[in-house]
Amino acid sequence: MLDVGRHPKVNVLAYSEIREFSGQIGDFKVKVLKKARYVDPSRCTACGACAEKCPTKVPNEFNFGLDDRKAIYKDYAQGIPSVYTIDPNNCKVIQGGKCGVCAKVCQAKAVDYEQKDSEVELNVATVIVSTGYELFDATQIPEYGYGKLPNVISSLEMERLLSAGGPTKGHLTRPSTIRFEKRLKELPKLIKKAEKSEDPTEKNKLEEEAKWLEEQTHKHHTATKLGFIQCVGSRDFRFHKYCSSYCCMHSIKEAIIAREHESSTESFIFYMDLRTVGKGFEEYKVRGAKVSGLKYIRGRIAEIMQDEEYNPVVYYEDTEQRKVVGMSLDMVILANACSPSKGISQISTLLGIELDENGFVSTHPNKPLDTSVPGIFTCGCAQGPIDIPESVAQASSAAARAAEVVMTGGLALAV
Amino acid sequence: MKDTAKSDVRIGVFVCDCGSNIAGYLEMKELVEYSKTLPNVVFVQENLYTCSEGGINEIKQAIPKHNLNRVVVASCTPRTHEPLFMSACEEAGLNPYLFEMANIRDQCSWVHMRERETGTERAKAQIGMAVAKAARLRELKRIQLNLSHNAVIIGGGVSGMSAAMALGNMGYEVDLVEKEGKLGGLLNDLNMILPSNEPPERLLNDLVARLETNPKVNIHLNSIVSKTEGYVGNYVATISKNGEELKVKCGIIIVALGARVLTPEGLYGYNGKDVITHLELESLLRKGPIQSKNIVMIQCVGSRCAERAYCSRICCMTAVKNALLIKEADPTARITVLYRDMQMYGVELEEMFRKAKQVGVRFVTFDPEKAPVVKDGSVSVYHLRMGKEVSIPCELVVLSTPLIAQEDAPEVSTMLKVPINENGFFLEGHVKLKPLDFATDGVYLCGNARYPSTIREAIGQGLGAASRAAGVLSKDALFTSGIVADINAQTCCGCLGCVAVCPYGAINFFPERGVCQVNKVLCKGCGGCAATCPSSSARLDGFSNEQIYAQIEKALAG
Ligand SMILES: Cc1cc2nc3c(=O)[nH]c(=O)nc-3n(C[C@H](O)[C@H](O)[C@H](O)COP(=O)(O)OP(=O)(O)OC[C@H]3O[C@@H](n4cnc5c(N)ncnc54)[C@H](O)[C@@H]3O)c2cc1C
Ligand SMILES: Cc1cc2nc3c(=O)[nH]c(=O)nc-3n(C[C@H](O)[C@H](O)[C@H](O)COP(=O)(O)OP(=O)(O)OC[C@H]3O[C@@H](n4cnc5c(N)ncnc54)[C@H](O)[C@@H]3O)c2cc1C
Ligand code: SF4
Ligand code: SF4
Ligand code: SF4
Ligand code: SF4
Ligand code: SF4
Repeated sequence: MLDVGRHPKVNVLAYSEIREFSGQIGDFKVKVLKKARYVDPSRCTACGACAEKCPTKVPNEFNFGLDDRKAIYKDYAQGIPSVYTIDPNNCKVIQGGKCGVCAKVCQAKAVDYEQKDSEVELNVATVIVSTGYELFDATQIPEYGYGKLPNVISSLEMERLLSAGGPTKGHLTRPSTIRFEKRLKELPKLIKKAEKSEDPTEKNKLEEEAKWLEEQTHKHHTATKLGFIQCVGSRDFRFHKYCSSYCCMHSIKEAIIAREHESSTESFIFYMDLRTVGKGFEEYKVRGAKVSGLKYIRGRIAEIMQDEEYNPVVYYEDTEQRKVVGMSLDMVILANACSPSKGISQISTLLGIELDENGFVSTHPNKPLDTSVPGIFTCGCAQGPIDIPESVAQASSAAARAAEVVMTGGLALAV
Repeated sequence: MKDTAKSDVRIGVFVCDCGSNIAGYLEMKELVEYSKTLPNVVFVQENLYTCSEGGINEIKQAIPKHNLNRVVVASCTPRTHEPLFMSACEEAGLNPYLFEMANIRDQCSWVHMRERETGTERAKAQIGMAVAKAARLRELKRIQLNLSHNAVIIGGGVSGMSAAMALGNMGYEVDLVEKEGKLGGLLNDLNMILPSNEPPERLLNDLVARLETNPKVNIHLNSIVSKTEGYVGNYVATISKNGEELKVKCGIIIVALGARVLTPEGLYGYNGKDVITHLELESLLRKGPIQSKNIVMIQCVGSRCAERAYCSRICCMTAVKNALLIKEADPTARITVLYRDMQMYGVELEEMFRKAKQVGVRFVTFDPEKAPVVKDGSVSVYHLRMGKEVSIPCELVVLSTPLIAQEDAPEVSTMLKVPINENGFFLEGHVKLKPLDFATDGVYLCGNARYPSTIREAIGQGLGAASRAAGVLSKDALFTSGIVADINAQTCCGCLGCVAVCPYGAINFFPERGVCQVNKVLCKGCGGCAATCPSSSARLDGFSNEQIYAQIEKALAG
């Protein structure tokens, strides 16, 4: 990422979208909308002083709301370009209120509340579509309780929990604990506010809630017994019939890392087939069982319930033992499918490229990088679910196709 | 060699506030005053942001104004900012290697946020060390080299052909070297290919025809690359054909050797007649429909086991393909696939799997501890779901054997000084981030030589390797870094310690002289050789013993 940001021939237009598109191979015209950041990127040095002082807290979508960010923010420290951005929906000044703290503390004079969206016109020989994927929304599977049971989380939420830079600094604090503790912390303030009101009902209600939350604290603990559920939304006719190809491996990876963070962690992976087809993957899986004590259980989960301790209980048919069993766990991690990216249908209409029946960019097996429009190529999860090494390899391949076009003035169309 | 730390050394120190990132946690005034007391320091300046346009200009102006011949910046991390400051020095007429950086942000203010005093003390020490080293820095040069814009590709399977096509189309001269009498590799032996659902000849003939008419591509059949000399940009490859040798100059080499199918001698009663491999089944199917009605396919034969721990990626899809094709020709055929996990990953393969189940191919899991047993006219297996042994009558047993490394792989690995893994597959520079590169510059890999792949993947990787190669071939000249190792031929005892430790294959041993020599083009300046060499003959420019010892002494002196 750093290399891309620093490369003299790569111009990164982040926080931008394609608005208009026309032309043909060798001569495409692209109109790009650069959204206002309200911060001048040429001045901002990403020192973070503004975010430290900004009084407005917003749930941090980068960590799936497991912690807060400010109205002026940066997703994570290493992000490229290294620039802060004001979230216009939450900034007091942009919403017409009073504040201006960030502009005051910014020594680089980078904050600009008047900044407007701008447009850039590009004239290019080729285009590569690499818009990636979207995490499958597991609330569509009510029997798994995602969104209702606090300790049933998505694979990406697990990645954030395991990250040293994440909301829990890598500790597997259960989301039920995170939520309850956060609420407990803000209740005294709310109670104080409610005390000023004539009507005591609000205050009583809040006090009762605080009491109830206090009683729950014994149920707070870190998660050490984990269940991983594979093929959530994948290989499932109701949603995506395809296999998402990387989720078997990321569950094994997450389970191994969880064990590295806390040696008493026990993980159970519920699967149909463990797809370990990459270089070294099968070996990694076997090591997961031998060294990290992972248990692989062949069986599809029918339902997830919850007991009084907020422990998810999974019910599954153990296909090898031929019976339905229930298992109580501290936390359940879903291997959400790789869904086509949300904006892909709009992109496909703008660019005129065909999508397959699943919503991925269509390609032929013998021309894996070529879309239906000459001069437009694709790579990564935009063309179907693949993991990082495959995505990186494909990115080079797409670059080769693009280079053929550029270096031959658009003549080299065939593989 | 010039004397070091001489009195004509004039060091300028720039101390950066990094907004409040550093200034918020350290005593900047103290750092400035301290810097002024250091030997050879003639100028000190504090900047709000040294990296900003203003800060850079201040460096550029101070160099001539104060006659500086060394520059030290105490700021953030060299990882992101060193190149910027080095080019500022260069623009002001100072050799960029006369620059040194002290990371007082990541290593001081950030880690000692609540310890102003200790943080400041530590920053002082780091500036002191940087100044001590700076006084001993020498001018270093980046060497400019010309390069050949031609490519040599070893292996003419679908991956090598795709790489050749891409490079040829980009306008580079390509020598495609194939050991056999025709191009195509494994494709020549297949019956039909899925998911494209076409005979392999279609793809093969199309590729061969276009390669043959591409004026930039020279095809060498019945040939191997028997010798290579040189390094990135300047290789000489010897192509041998029936005892005749042809030397070609090239800038890069692509490894596309492919892999071969394991013959399962001694496994499951393999006999090549009624117990065969999928490759053998494909050649049967090429001749016409097969007679057998009852067929059992067994997966993971010779793979995912003690001798070969890996999963060969494509044998599950091959089995499903052949089951589908047989069912298509004869819907009454009864096919059972005995498997451990069906590796039908992604969109297309899972779709094939689904179709196979739909047309009635039976899939039965087995436990490798209770592996199937092939008998005369049947296969018995412990059926996990039924919890008992079952016997499946059959006339034909087809074994899914893995792809294994080519016999030539170790030789090619030694010749090019690129590694292979425990299974004989070539080992890429980084499993995630450099899948098609080797750690050694100028050599790339693709296709089954790297790891078993489908045709879609092999084509993609061929193109990808071409793209990585074009990154070198498209340059007008190559530059070495100034920070490279050098071996003193006078004192080198030829122990080869450095050769073993160099991760980039940058050191050559010359047996006739009994000494090692560093190839400065390949050297990445990691310092491994300098640290290893028992006779102190290997040194790393920019990190000489003298410079490092000066830093250590300063650190210990406080
Ligand atoms: C929980 C989890 C863990 C994983 N762990 C691993 C792992 O350990 N190893 C591994 O190999 N793989 C892992 N993967 C898979 C990996 O995430 C993907 O292979 C990889 O991210 C694919 O890269 P991509 O560039 O194709 O797509 P993405 O990473 O999705 O990137 C697409 C980019 O395009 C942008 N974009 C989307 N639409 C538009 C638009 N209309 N205009 C402009 N920009 C747009 C997006 O904002 C995004 O930045 C994991 C996946 C998940 C879900
Ligand atoms: C039974 C079977 C069925 C398959 N079916 C399908 C299918 O239906 N669909 C699909 O997508 N994939 C299929 N595959 C996979 C497909 O065949 C491979 O992905 C593809 O052929 C890999 O191409 P390659 O160029 O990497 O290697 P190869 O095809 O192995 O080519 C390597 C070439 O290098 C040459 N070579 C080796 N050593 C040297 C040397 N020292 N010097 C010079 N040349 C050398 C070889 O002679 C060969 O020509 C199947 C594979 C098998 C085994
Ligand atoms: S906007 Fe100003 S205060 Fe905020 S990070 Fe950028 S430079 Fe620092
Ligand atoms: S002006 Fe907006 S972004 Fe800046 S500190 Fe105030 S609320 Fe935060
Ligand atoms: S990779 Fe594994 S978890 Fe993901 S869809 Fe495929 S089989 Fe299911
Ligand atoms: S692809 Fe299938 S048959 Fe081949 S090693 Fe992997 S699991 Fe076994
Ligand atoms: S410094 Fe590192 S890369 Fe350079 S020759 Fe020595 S060991 Fe090899």
